[in-house]
Amino acid sequence: MTVTETRAMLASDAGHGASGRQTPPRKRRYTEDQVPLGRVLLRMFAGLIVLAVFIVPYLIMFFGSVKTKSQILSVDPTYFPTEWHWENYLDMWSTPETPLPQNMVSTIVISVFATLLVLAVALPAAYYTARFKFPFRFVFLFLVIVTQMLQPAVLTSGLFRQFTALGMIDTWAAMIFINAAFNLSFAVWIMHSFFAGIPKEVDEAAQIDGAGRLTVLFKINLPLVWPGIVTAIVFTFVACWNEFAASLVILSTAGNQPMSVALTKFVGQYSTSWQYVFGVSIVAIIPVVVLFMLIEKRLVGGLTAGSVK
Amino acid sequence: MSSTTDASPNPTGAAAGRPRSGGSPAGGKGAKPARRGKPGGRDLAAALPWITPALILIFGVVLFPAVVMFYNSTRDISLSGLDKGSVGFDNYVEVFQFPYFWPIFFRTIVWVVVVVAFTVVISLGLAQILNKAFPGRQLVRLVVIIPWAASVVMTTMVVYYGLEPYFGIINKFLVDIGLVDTPEGYGWTKNPTTAFMWSIIVAIFVSLPFTTYTILAGLATVPGDTLEAAKMDGAGSVRTYFTIVLPQLRGALSVAVLINIINVFNSLPILRVMTGSIPGYDADTIMTMIFKYIQNQHKVDVASALSVVAFVIVIVIVAVYVKVVKPMKEV
Repeated sequence: MTVTETRAMLASDAGHGASGRQTPPRKRRYTEDQVPLGRVLLRMFAGLIVLAVFIVPYLIMFFGSVKTKSQILSVDPTYFPTEWHWENYLDMWSTPETPLPQNMVSTIVISVFATLLVLAVALPAAYYTARFKFPFRFVFLFLVIVTQMLQPAVLTSGLFRQFTALGMIDTWAAMIFINAAFNLSFAVWIMHSFFAGIPKEVDEAAQIDGAGRLTVLFKINLPLVWPGIVTAIVFTFVACWNEFAASLVILSTAGNQPMSVALTKFVGQYSTSWQYVFGVSIVAIIPVVVLFMLIEKRLVGGLTAGSVK
Repeated sequence: MSSTTDASPNPTGAAAGRPRSGGSPAGGKGAKPARRGKPGGRDLAAALPWITPALILIFGVVLFPAVVMFYNSTRDISLSGLDKGSVGFDNYVEVFQFPYFWPIFFRTIVWVVVVVAFTVVISLGLAQILNKAFPGRQLVRLVVIIPWAASVVMTTMVVYYGLEPYFGIINKFLVDIGLVDTPEGYGWTKNPTTAFMWSIIVAIFVSLPFTTYTILAGLATVPGDTLEAAKMDGAGSVRTYFTIVLPQLRGALSVAVLINIINVFNSLPILRVMTGSIPGYDADTIMTMIFKYIQNQHKVDVASALSVVAFVIVIVIVAVYVKVVKPMKEV
């Protein structure tokens, strides 16, 4: 990706400048390896602090997840577990506060189907608006941006009344639609900019060779915009996975609720089973963190496509 | 270094809808009469199959509920959800006459301004670190993503646990380094002011990754030869940063700030977990108050009125911001 390459070049540029400030700089100092060692160590130290700050909450979570209840509620707590109770990861599913296995299934079903719905709806819209002109095309794209400004939280009371009237309150279907609708704009936006990035000559050449419009879309364009599609899928999936505000109001039955809502039931109890809360959190966090890390290079490009030059 | 102009993630994006030099019909198949002419009704008919599903979702699940919400805000809805007729603006009167409304309103402003301001300033520093070459940089970049991908509820809960007196790890740490002098720690989450303060810290923490990555994208567009030239001219790194780098980040920053304002204003889970078990209304923002109306008091009508107020505030903030900063001017 050009962004990454450029970034790497910029980084090495910064290196040149840092080492070659004195005039006249000797020629061999213009390689990245020649950044003064002290400066590199300083950067590593800064990087280490950043690393620590960002990972510590999740280390606390992990260490807590293998402590026993008496250890984690001990009046003189230890930073690290004195013994490792991996069986927590089996026992946690049968905690009395909330039916966690059902909450897990709920989270998975809602996220997967909402993501599939977003893909089915956003892909054609993104393709067509990027490739063809039609009346009100700009109005449509404007609507998409407006949707991005709105979040379920501010519309919850309306969503609650509407889905009650439709008889869909407390159903997975309602949350699938809500998650899909509020993540649609972002998916359209990202895929739109990827489609727009393919030169039209590519399509034209294929058409001259006798390919129909659908053939062009599926055989020629999709392979080229695949990174954009993956980015859209990951962002949508992670957003649905973590959704909280609408689920809190729409899903009232404990078994229907996703993990994010179910876990809050542990807060403010007389003696919370924090080790189970953390075990569940670790299990719920790892897959989405891995997904985000897989698209790390495109987090930047995908996010800013169309808005930051 | 001229190739750095390729930094734009989407170089042809702006020209998406424009005819190429040949003016050949891009659609082929006769769906479009001529590239030069204005698109007409047949083009709209051809577009509908592609965009209608999206329109149904946007209208059905975003715009229609908004209309329902506006309508409900003028109705009297019983605890069981029965619509008992119009009450004009009585629900709004109830919202504004609630004795805690104005404290909640100003707390919401503090919440948004403090969180967004600190997030942006810290992210600028983080982006500088992550943009420099050093061994292990890739690892640090990956770790910074974690709070972005992880559920905000779960991140907040670990902090909530850590702040518990007696057994909380953060409290123990604060006692160990001497910041708290009571051996059992301090009841941070039992007191509305300190619980709100810690909520701000968590909100900043979870907003940093997105903001930092957006700024990193902006940094990638700073032309390398300009930086080189500044160094050659003898500009120090601080001066270079403020006169060359920062102005170049304007686009990235304005988008990051806008999205952060919307996210932080709409944020529910952090305050819900941190301050939700505290009685009273001394740590609420407009958003948590809406949910208290819906869930604790079952007043969907008053909640709708307050949601409309929140809705209007968001629209006004976004409109003023877009007008003043023009973050979308390149779209």
